[in-house]
Amino acid sequence: MKKLMLILLALCFCVPSLSAAEGKKVLYVCNYYDYIDESVLELFEQETGIHVEYIYTMDNESLLQELEISPAAFDVIFPSDYMVERIIAKDMAAELDFSRIPNAEYTLEYLRNPAYDPENKYSVPYMWGTLGILYNKDMVTGPVTSWADLWDPQYANNVIMMDSLRDTMGIGLKVLGYSMSSTDEEELFAAADKLIEQKQLGIVRAYQLDETKDRMIGGEAALAVVYSGDAWVAAESNDKLDYVIPQEGSNVWVDNMMIPKQAPHYDLALEFINFMCRPDIAQMNSEEIGYSSPNSGAIELMGEEYSGNHIQNPAGEDVDRCEIYHDIPAELLDSLYNPLWNDVMNAR
Amino acid sequence: MTKTSRLFKWIYLIIILLFLYLPIAVMMIQSFNSGLSISKWEGFTFRWYENLFSGKEKSIVSALQVTLSVAVIATVVSTVLGTLGAIGIYGMKKRTQSVMMTLTNLPNTMPDIVTGVSLMLLFIFVAGGGSRGYFTMLLAHITFDTPYVILSVLPKLKQMNSHTYEAALDLGATPGYALRHVIIPECRQGIVTGAMLAFTLSIDDFTISYFTAGSKVQNLSMLIYSAARRHVDGTFYAVSTAMFVVLLILLLAVNKHTVSADS
Amino acid sequence: MRYDVTLPWWAWVLMGLGLAAFAAMVVVSVRRNRGVKRSLFAAPYTLWMIIFTIVPLIIIVYYALTDASGNFTLNNLRDFWDSNYSRRAGASSPAIQARLAARGMSNMEPLLYSLWMAFLCTVICLVLAYPTALFMADRRMKRASSLVILFVVPMWMNVTLRTYAMRILMVDDGPLINFLRLIGFADAQLMDTPTAVLIGMVYNFLPFMIFPIYTVLSKLDPALLEASSDLGASPGRSLIKVTMPLSIPGVVSGITMVFMPAVTTFTLNVMLGGSKRLMLGNLIEQTFTKQNNWNMGSAMSLVMMVLILISLTILRKADPNNEGGGL
Repeated sequence: MKKLMLILLALCFCVPSLSAAEGKKVLYVCNYYDYIDESVLELFEQETGIHVEYIYTMDNESLLQELEISPAAFDVIFPSDYMVERIIAKDMAAELDFSRIPNAEYTLEYLRNPAYDPENKYSVPYMWGTLGILYNKDMVTGPVTSWADLWDPQYANNVIMMDSLRDTMGIGLKVLGYSMSSTDEEELFAAADKLIEQKQLGIVRAYQLDETKDRMIGGEAALAVVYSGDAWVAAESNDKLDYVIPQEGSNVWVDNMMIPKQAPHYDLALEFINFMCRPDIAQMNSEEIGYSSPNSGAIELMGEEYSGNHIQNPAGEDVDRCEIYHDIPAELLDSLYNPLWNDVMNAR
Repeated sequence: MTKTSRLFKWIYLIIILLFLYLPIAVMMIQSFNSGLSISKWEGFTFRWYENLFSGKEKSIVSALQVTLSVAVIATVVSTVLGTLGAIGIYGMKKRTQSVMMTLTNLPNTMPDIVTGVSLMLLFIFVAGGGSRGYFTMLLAHITFDTPYVILSVLPKLKQMNSHTYEAALDLGATPGYALRHVIIPECRQGIVTGAMLAFTLSIDDFTISYFTAGSKVQNLSMLIYSAARRHVDGTFYAVSTAMFVVLLILLLAVNKHTVSADS
Repeated sequence: MRYDVTLPWWAWVLMGLGLAAFAAMVVVSVRRNRGVKRSLFAAPYTLWMIIFTIVPLIIIVYYALTDASGNFTLNNLRDFWDSNYSRRAGASSPAIQARLAARGMSNMEPLLYSLWMAFLCTVICLVLAYPTALFMADRRMKRASSLVILFVVPMWMNVTLRTYAMRILMVDDGPLINFLRLIGFADAQLMDTPTAVLIGMVYNFLPFMIFPIYTVLSKLDPALLEASSDLGASPGRSLIKVTMPLSIPGVVSGITMVFMPAVTTFTLNVMLGGSKRLMLGNLIEQTFTKQNNWNMGSAMSLVMMVLILISLTILRKADPNNEGGGL
């Protein structure tokens, strides 16, 4: 045993050094794993001499938590729409000096001045996408066009819903014709009842989030609610899969770049954001990740392969029917959204 | 013992081992799958191993180092701490003993997330939000490992004669000598078991590490958890398989060595 | 949530005094006994435990008994039993109030379900592990003891990846289902059922039951069994009358190591159970991470901790001499 320990110690005792770039300017960027083309970071270092320390986070909530614990830990963060709204409301966002982000010009028209950042002062879109239904062409009987198809009894035990409060409650609201960011108590109760009905009819196979792609690739269900980015990944691996934005409309989500108020390197961060918005760089990222790019320059560069892909580049009228989430006030989340969601999860 | 009963016993052991190793086999196969999804076999490849050993996947390699070094240090420290603790607890009066054991069991009654959050708050209270990193993660690992060592060593102590230690002291042994030559040999099996369990818990922990390490240091579990949001590609299966094979070989070698040294 | 709490000066003084008192106790004890009493070996561990177990526990109790702005309240605990006690009061209309009231004790179901699953898991682990440990410890089973290491190594593979792999074995046209069909269960389904969660739990916890039992059995004095058979007892009778009672400390250790963490399972419920039923672990995890409500989350954990301690006290009744080092 002693010897084993010694061998193991010897094996792993090059405890990783965390300061890879001594003497260089360092920028702390917090984003998701695999949510960037890593060679972009090397290019940035080559061109500007700034070393990027790329730190992973799990989701919007953990990002906010980290930010509240150490407000000066990151220079650039990548929150989603509703989290941008929350961070602004908490007065934790720095105003961006757009005169130093000339490449922000390339941002698509309909993603400018969004409701979560109405005057476009704090955020620049990085990636965007939609919420929709991924379906297996061999397992559905007719065309899938509507959220109501998720309530069709012929797909009993064959539908994977999302294990995500906002998205699933949003679908419950939308199928009844309400706004996905509804704050009306009656509407919320109705949506929860609708979701409970769907579960009690035995239509829901499972509530999943990360696992959905794999399960759909494996043909484990006919229909699943997914984000367009995941739909693209799944459809690449299984050509039986296709994606639709339901006719009632859906959600458009946007992941953004922001600078925290207490960021230690505000100037370098602006330089980084401008770099990320350069069409060739935005193209590299979009092609690596497979999500929709908000950058008109990059879309032009990517040409037919991108614009002809209806998952990545949805038709204008589909997008027009969609809405971006508003952040729900904390009291309402606490007093109604969460309890109703627990009811749905508890229902049998 | 009859041949049939021995055969039956072997069959039983093999079935249990099969149950435990079936998923492991699936993972090993997946590390050679050229496709991205575990749900679909798309052909044989060494790509993921090449990825791993070519040094392209820096974050995975450094996460592996963090995982292994934390697991080893935490195992060593918690084994020492826990073994001494168990010996001491066993020497206590019934009442104190029972208080100590309740406290030892307490961390296990809390969900990992609560242990993680409460330790994180402790670290923030004492040293501020920036303090979290490799070292705090290590402290947390030692904390959740130690009770398992105690739970493994204690039953062993109960099997031995409780007066041998005092007898050794009466005969002029120093406490250190009595510890090394009287108590430890008696509960060696329990110590080894405890160390194994501690290592196992450490190497696989996600929740507690996540809260206590902050975002600047990542172990393998944290990395895999964040990767799951996009896709867990074959490199992760490759790194797990490689680690598994190396550790198993090491362990079997040492085991064989000690077995032959014993007999 | 507020994280930027700084400790007041008196907290530091108190901590210093505590440490000094602890050191003094150790010194006095050494002096008085003119040698190292055995219990003093536990001193480093005791110190460690005070800092890293008791202090965090106090933090959790503090959170459980306060509201978001730090004022004392019992509402978190009340909300756990009667799930919307405080929310009801804030509802805007009587109709909403009535609907919330109808939800009643909706946290009880996940709680009972979790306890039940943990209980089943513990029983199955015990049933599977006891013979395993017994056969490995059997001296006449040559070389079986060198197998013991093989039972823990699978747990070194990452748990997320391992669970993905289990899913592949349990999917609807996977090997396990095909086997079940073969033996007559035509419409068997494992994925997204409680059975799948249970299989996953047993898989993850089995080594923690095998090990402590094996540890105790392997050092059992063989002379005892010889004596028993010399006195005319059948092997079965020797097992029940001699081996089993002597192995109780190991069994109790094993049950403790399996049952307690099993109650708070949550990832398996998502990855194998399809989140079709809420478990307490999920509820707590959601409350902490998604809802960021540490007060409520702490209260839930506190309730659960008490329940587990009660269950273990019942277990201790089976171990009257406190052999396993109970509560």
